[in-house]
Amino acid sequence: MRSVSVDLNNDASLLIDIPDALCERDKVKFTVHTKTTLSTFQKPEFSVPRQHEDFIWLHDTLVETEDYAGLIIPPAPPKPDFESPREKMHKLGEGEATMTKEEYAKMKQELEAEYLAVFKKTVQVHEIFLQRLSSHPMLSKDRNFQIFLEYDQDLSVRRKNAKEMFGGFFKNMVKSADEVLISGIKEVDDFFEQEKTFLLDYYSKIKDSTAKAEKMTRSHKNIADDYIHISATLNSISADDSTKVEGRVASDQELKLTELLRYYMRDIQAAKDLLYRRARALADYENSNKALDKARLKSKDIPQAEEHQQQCLHKFDKLSESGKRELTGFKGRRVVAFRKNLIEMAELEIKHAKVSNIMTGSHAERYSYFGTWSGDIYFN
Amino acid sequence: MQPTSLEQLEEEEAKDSFDVDVAVTNPEKVGDGMNAYMAYKVSTRSSLPMFRSKTFSVRRRFSDFLGLYEKLSVKQSLHGCIVPPPPEKSVVGMTKVKVGMDDPSSVEFVERRRAALERYIQRVVSHPSLLQDPDVREFLERDDLPRAVNTQALSGAGFLKMINKASDAVNKMTIKMNESDTWFEDKFQEVENEEQQLRKLHALVDSLVNHRKELCGNTAVFAKSMAMLGNSEDNTALSRALSQLAEVEDKMEQLHQEQAASDFFIFAELLADYIRLLGAVRGCFDQRMRAWQRWQEAQSTLQKKREAEAKLLWANKPEKLQQAKEEITEWEARVTQYERDFDRIGMTVRKEVLRFEKEKAKDFKSQIIKYLEAMLQSQQRLIKFWEAFLPEAKAIA
Repeated sequence: MRSVSVDLNNDASLLIDIPDALCERDKVKFTVHTKTTLSTFQKPEFSVPRQHEDFIWLHDTLVETEDYAGLIIPPAPPKPDFESPREKMHKLGEGEATMTKEEYAKMKQELEAEYLAVFKKTVQVHEIFLQRLSSHPMLSKDRNFQIFLEYDQDLSVRRKNAKEMFGGFFKNMVKSADEVLISGIKEVDDFFEQEKTFLLDYYSKIKDSTAKAEKMTRSHKNIADDYIHISATLNSISADDSTKVEGRVASDQELKLTELLRYYMRDIQAAKDLLYRRARALADYENSNKALDKARLKSKDIPQAEEHQQQCLHKFDKLSESGKRELTGFKGRRVVAFRKNLIEMAELEIKHAKVSNIMTGSHAERYSYFGTWSGDIYFN
Repeated sequence: MQPTSLEQLEEEEAKDSFDVDVAVTNPEKVGDGMNAYMAYKVSTRSSLPMFRSKTFSVRRRFSDFLGLYEKLSVKQSLHGCIVPPPPEKSVVGMTKVKVGMDDPSSVEFVERRRAALERYIQRVVSHPSLLQDPDVREFLERDDLPRAVNTQALSGAGFLKMINKASDAVNKMTIKMNESDTWFEDKFQEVENEEQQLRKLHALVDSLVNHRKELCGNTAVFAKSMAMLGNSEDNTALSRALSQLAEVEDKMEQLHQEQAASDFFIFAELLADYIRLLGAVRGCFDQRMRAWQRWQEAQSTLQKKREAEAKLLWANKPEKLQQAKEEITEWEARVTQYERDFDRIGMTVRKEVLRFEKEKAKDFKSQIIKYLEAMLQSQQRLIKFWEAFLPEAKAIA
């Protein structure tokens, strides 16, 4: 999973990880562990408990910080989703009476594995979010980030205050006007023109691929479940091993391909957000130009208009410069991550296929020589 | 008649060997609209002298196969025999074919039926008693077979309903059989359990087939999406890798299709066949019970006649007495006959069950091996596809 975003967490001055987490009903409590050589922190090593909502608070404050307008803010980790294993647990409870003991045990095992997989996935995605921040030259110095890592009390009070301050106003404004803005703006810079075209197109394609990959993964999971039921009824070894392989294929594909696509879909959205902010800055600058012209025409408030125009230009330039840097870095990061994941996925597919090939071969051999199949199952 | 020992029965079994091969091929639509039907080529190859030549073929339609079953299942001489049941009728499937749809599901339906008919007729000719039956010979050899009528009740639900009705009749019997030999009771219980297990398994395999078909669809759609993403990608090497990935997924879809067909034709159909066959086995046990019942009823009728005769001896009615004596003789003969029938059916059932179990083991073994071999091939191709992709992934820069 770490390979979705490479080159993280290798700067010894600030190392962050999530060594464990607790699941209470629907709430997950993450233990955020920090090791640092920076003097800005009070201690060299410490841990704090954090909830998903705390991560969202941190992300939102970063998005709403004016100074970071020229940066790609790492996408917020998605909410822990235990829907699928919970549904399975429900089905298991209902069907307990009709299942054999063996079937029940197998399904319970699968269920536990699925819970664990969801759990691992959510821990990793929260961890990566923090590591993206810690490895960014500007964001790692953010005051709220430090509070998040260090503050040993409940953050929920701060979270409520933040909501009152911003009220999500900024975010709402961003979402509604952006699509129109970004397509309507006349781009002066070739680099950004190309980036805009590319990101808009790529986003819609990767969003589609993510959805289709998820469907495919779900089909694999259904087949794995079928094999569990069949093997329990059949009491035959070959179906048993198939269970494990099918299940593993389902979760490996998930991890490598689906997660990769999902992650970059969100990352590209973050890159798009950067373009929107720059487009807005450009619009502001153009408006300030018009205002200045009007002021000159009316010979009124010219100094203010001049100053405002300078500010807008400055902001726009800053965003463009920083944005270019961020987007170039992002491109490289994405290509490297895709490469790593695709290689690992191909290697895993080959490995699993070879293993199950050997098993299938040995079973075929056994049945050729002995073949008292009916004896095995029915009269047990 | 002395019942032969079990060993003798087993020896007899081993001596039976066959040299008859029947294939059902070339489904062809005859006629148009709702009166259309599928005609199949039934080809026989045999060195047995009872046939007119070493190889020959005829054309038969589905109702001909049903008609054959009907003829065989009512023959007294075959009571106790496990007569293989024919494949199920399907109004929906057949209607689509009649109406002329050439979609993949209709093609699959015809293939499914052809394969099922072939298995059915092969089972019939593998049976030593059935092979000798003139109706079977006529089915294989006669060029124009008179059309079978009244085949409505006989396939699918109809067949099972018939079996279950007979079972109910047996269960309602007031005189319970006192088995000296528990073999029949035990075996019957085994058969019932096995049938239950197979039904459960069949439902699961059905689910597997459906999910695999879903996977096919989802994989194909995903492959297209990957291709689009590859086109959008501005890094050249990554773009090519994504396009290659799309192609691999396309090949995976093909593999999943083949696996689904294997799941269905090799595994699911095997289970469906044996669920029906086990129903036929249960039918034989019921036939034996009915034979017993008939014998018991004859004995009780004989008893009544004897009592009636005794009464008449006192009443002094010479003609009635004569009649009574004649009836007693008649019923004594019947009792003897029915007892013989019952013994004979018992022996037949034992022999048949033995043979059935051997055939079943052989059948399952060969199908499982076929299934595993198909899986092996599939896995090897999968390995090749991903091994070809790996260098493409490594070439990304």
